[in-house]
Amino acid sequence: MLHVAIATRAFRRYSTYGAATLAGIFTNSVFGIIMCFVYVEVWNQRPDAGGYDVSDALTYVWLGQAMLMTMAIFGGGSPDDLATRIKSGDVAIDLYRPVGLLGWYLAADLGRAAYHLCTRGLAPTVVGALLFDLTFPSAPWVWLVFLATLPIAVTVSFGLRLLIALTTFWIFDDTGPRMMLVVLGTFFSGMTVPLVIFPGALRDLAMALPWASLLQVPADIWLGHRTGWEIVTGYGFMVAWAVALMVACAGVLRLAERRVVVQGG
Amino acid sequence: MAEPAPLRGAWTGYWQIAAMWVHASMAYPLSFWLLTLGGFVIGGLDFVGIWILFHSIDAMGGFSLTEVGFLYGATGLGLALADMYVGRIERLGQMIRMGTLDTMMVKPIPLLAQVCSNEFALRRLARVFLCVLVFAWASLYVDWTALRVVVAAVMIVSGALIFFSVFIMLACIQFWTADAVEVANAFTYGGNTVTQYPLAIFPSEVVKGLTFLMPLAFVNWYPALFILDREDPFGFPEWFQFLSPVVAVVMVTLTTFVWRFGVRHYRSTGS
Repeated sequence: MLHVAIATRAFRRYSTYGAATLAGIFTNSVFGIIMCFVYVEVWNQRPDAGGYDVSDALTYVWLGQAMLMTMAIFGGGSPDDLATRIKSGDVAIDLYRPVGLLGWYLAADLGRAAYHLCTRGLAPTVVGALLFDLTFPSAPWVWLVFLATLPIAVTVSFGLRLLIALTTFWIFDDTGPRMMLVVLGTFFSGMTVPLVIFPGALRDLAMALPWASLLQVPADIWLGHRTGWEIVTGYGFMVAWAVALMVACAGVLRLAERRVVVQGG
Repeated sequence: MAEPAPLRGAWTGYWQIAAMWVHASMAYPLSFWLLTLGGFVIGGLDFVGIWILFHSIDAMGGFSLTEVGFLYGATGLGLALADMYVGRIERLGQMIRMGTLDTMMVKPIPLLAQVCSNEFALRRLARVFLCVLVFAWASLYVDWTALRVVVAAVMIVSGALIFFSVFIMLACIQFWTADAVEVANAFTYGGNTVTQYPLAIFPSEVVKGLTFLMPLAFVNWYPALFILDREDPFGFPEWFQFLSPVVAVVMVTLTTFVWRFGVRHYRSTGS
């Protein structure tokens, strides 16, 4: 119950910035439209590139714009708050709360993601659907299976961002590592171009990295390119990364608690 | 800003503040170098994305990979230079909220120079460097003549000035509302993205918009048509290909008016 309350508060916190959300939706839509024309050109020449048809590729563009903020691919969310609190020393308060720090911040980030999904996820997708011919899930249960991947994907993204935020315990300024995460995340999540059209070994590598959970796997479920058993393996892949990252975060956090004298005062 | 200060004051003032921020950024060397490397790689991977697209196709809108690289490098250089010198102006709203803009107003350095040099980040040079690399590589495949070299040089300077104007003009919105910062991104970074590709792949309405409304097509597209010896797929007159410096001067002049107008209408938050 407590975690639900945290998530709801995070949702509301983000919802106070209405104009900023509108501006963001506009920007997402502009980028979506640009990429659609690029992909139309590519898929007109190669109608089966990466196993996608034109409509799949265009849908992928808008799913990407929808996931950009939801999965905080450019960073942000509760791990940023934590990094600030580590720098100021306020993290001491988080550490002696009778609730686990990981669960607290994960709940807050899920609340944020829910807000971004409902606004910056949904609105650009509607814009895209009005302007272009998109593919939608073929059956109601596919919608459900797609939606259910999202919290797992947010957890994977959260784990990556939290690991970087935790480095603040040692290096006091996490902007550098954070930037590297954005760089790798943007490329390997398939925001730049879909992972399915990566050539050869690069594709295999990208498909195995945690960032594939943020956009490619959910998108393939939406588009119907992952069906039956592949949905199960997709889920297995995402859950495995989510668990591995959470365990890693817990481990680093324990190291930090033991070895670091919190600054501030 | 009752009276426009001499340009030299702006220039030296800008660099004094910039040097201070460079010094400050070196306080965390690991972060500085990671950020610099990040800026380089992010630009690099952006181009790798285009390279991956070219795995599936041979030409985009009739342009080869090296020609797209030429467009990419040219617009990238324009944006990266403008971003390095004046990109921080996107924080204008924050400066207004925090009251730092008021402090700047009483200092004996032109306001715009102070706003733009605030938090000057040398690491942005990484992006410039990357675009120089892509541009240089793509230039190897260009059939150069003396006139084309001149047009190319003018293109880079004009491109930087056009992006410079777009950054400042859109930031001026923040004198009225502080919440719409992201709209500017659609035109600066979005403008950069759209001009990375040959405009031939976009509908003619988009190209008209980028010619007459938000003249980003002059950043690279029109001069590149001349340098790469291409016919304009939309049939615009050939002299458009030499118009970039004129567009740049018009944009900079407009920017001066918009900025002055914004400053004159500025009211402190009073906090």
